[in-house]
Amino acid sequence: MDCSRDPTSFSGANVIQWDRSLQPPAVISSSSDQAAMTLLFSVSRNEVAPRAEVLSHSVMTDIGPGTATKGTPVGRRVVLGIVGLGVVGIGVGRQLSEGISNTVGSVAPGLASVIPATGGFRIYTVTNGYPEMPVADYRLTVNGLVDRELTLTFDDLGALPQTGITADFQCVTGWRVNDVPWSGVLLSDLLREAGVKDSARALRFLSFDGVYTESLTLEQSLTPDVLVATSMWGKPITREHGGPVRLYVVPMYGYKSLKWLSGIELGSTVIPGYWEQRGYDIDAWVGESNGRNDDPIV
Amino acid sequence: MTQSSDATGAAPNTLRRFSRAERWTHRTLGILTGLLLITAALLYIPDLSAIAGNRTLLRNIHVYSGFALPIPIIVACFFVAFRLDAGRLNRFTRDDWTWLRSRDRRSGRIPVGKFNAGQKLNASFTLGTVIVMFLTGVIMYGWLGDTWRTGATFVHDWLALIIAIMVGGHMWMAYSDPVARLGMRTGSVPTSWAKREHGQWADEETESAVSEK
Repeated sequence: MDCSRDPTSFSGANVIQWDRSLQPPAVISSSSDQAAMTLLFSVSRNEVAPRAEVLSHSVMTDIGPGTATKGTPVGRRVVLGIVGLGVVGIGVGRQLSEGISNTVGSVAPGLASVIPATGGFRIYTVTNGYPEMPVADYRLTVNGLVDRELTLTFDDLGALPQTGITADFQCVTGWRVNDVPWSGVLLSDLLREAGVKDSARALRFLSFDGVYTESLTLEQSLTPDVLVATSMWGKPITREHGGPVRLYVVPMYGYKSLKWLSGIELGSTVIPGYWEQRGYDIDAWVGESNGRNDDPIV
Repeated sequence: MTQSSDATGAAPNTLRRFSRAERWTHRTLGILTGLLLITAALLYIPDLSAIAGNRTLLRNIHVYSGFALPIPIIVACFFVAFRLDAGRLNRFTRDDWTWLRSRDRRSGRIPVGKFNAGQKLNASFTLGTVIVMFLTGVIMYGWLGDTWRTGATFVHDWLALIIAIMVGGHMWMAYSDPVARLGMRTGSVPTSWAKREHGQWADEETESAVSEK
């Protein structure tokens, strides 16, 4: 998007050349403006009749009068051409963006995030902005049907066994970011610390944005596919990506990977999360839910 | 400074360039495009998003500005002056191609009509992109399901970048020519400017004005 910040970089191109004059504007009084309105009507009336005299001003005098006054409908062709390209683009855009994403990703990782629609994350939030939480103030609570309720700082999370996972991130709206390296604490390791009671069947995740919630069954939570992530691409998770701590549920659509994680509650039933209350599937397996056929995440 | 000079058969001092309907169409489209580009940047560029917040509001402004964008164009089609100018913008003459290829196209050697070939191309580009952005925007909005959404998003994002550059170029051209801006603001331009920048058009207009006396 860098070039859009410098509109002058385009001024040398030949595609559009607007009227250019360094003359100061002439003063047009209101009386002449009125007169000009009168002129307008005479122009409009006059325009209806075709004018062959235009030819006399034409440099190309070897062409017929019809050609000089009418010309070819290039404008219409340009419009139809752009619309046609747009429709083709909608059809092939998915493959195209994945192709560019893979190429760019292998040549220059990180560049993809600044090229439009080529594998960069699209940032969503369910509140009005991105919530902010200084790492020093961060707390993660684990409570409900557990043997020991936990309140962990960011450093506490760092002291637990660390796990790295590199996998794709697939959004239910269609975009996918390939091979994102995450690291943090496996949710199953965290649950072992807290001790899960026999009556527990489901987990509810809360965000410190105050609105976003998510859910998983206990069975899903105990797989080695669910990470309480504290780093992404080898760096602390940024605010817009859900930092300092977020969930990453490998085999499910992105909305399950709750951002700005602040609470984990163990309960006896699944409570549908924010997006699930809005029609998205509770069991959000990539390629097998939400009516989509994306490649599963491996 | 009145039209009384016409009584003696002389050319008028100013020429009518844009009707009131055309100027309002331009103004409305300009405001909507500005809103769309600004909200697009705030929604799309993560650094700006973090500063701006208010995503729901920005998203609504973007979506409804987008839905509103075709309305001024459709309304303008009910006005004769707009339709006549649309016809002019559509048609390319041999002179237009010669002008476009010439190195000295600014010299006035090849007198151009009411719109030069660059303006014609820009107008067509604008209409084409409005249609494509509207279509892809509707798909992204979700009424048509998620099947074409990735493709539509791809087109919408890339075209937005191109449009931002084109709008920047358009504004730069307007910035460089105060009289062109005056024409769009008041509807009239000095005849001297018209003769220099749109010689063919100026001749047509002055001849018709004189011949009607």
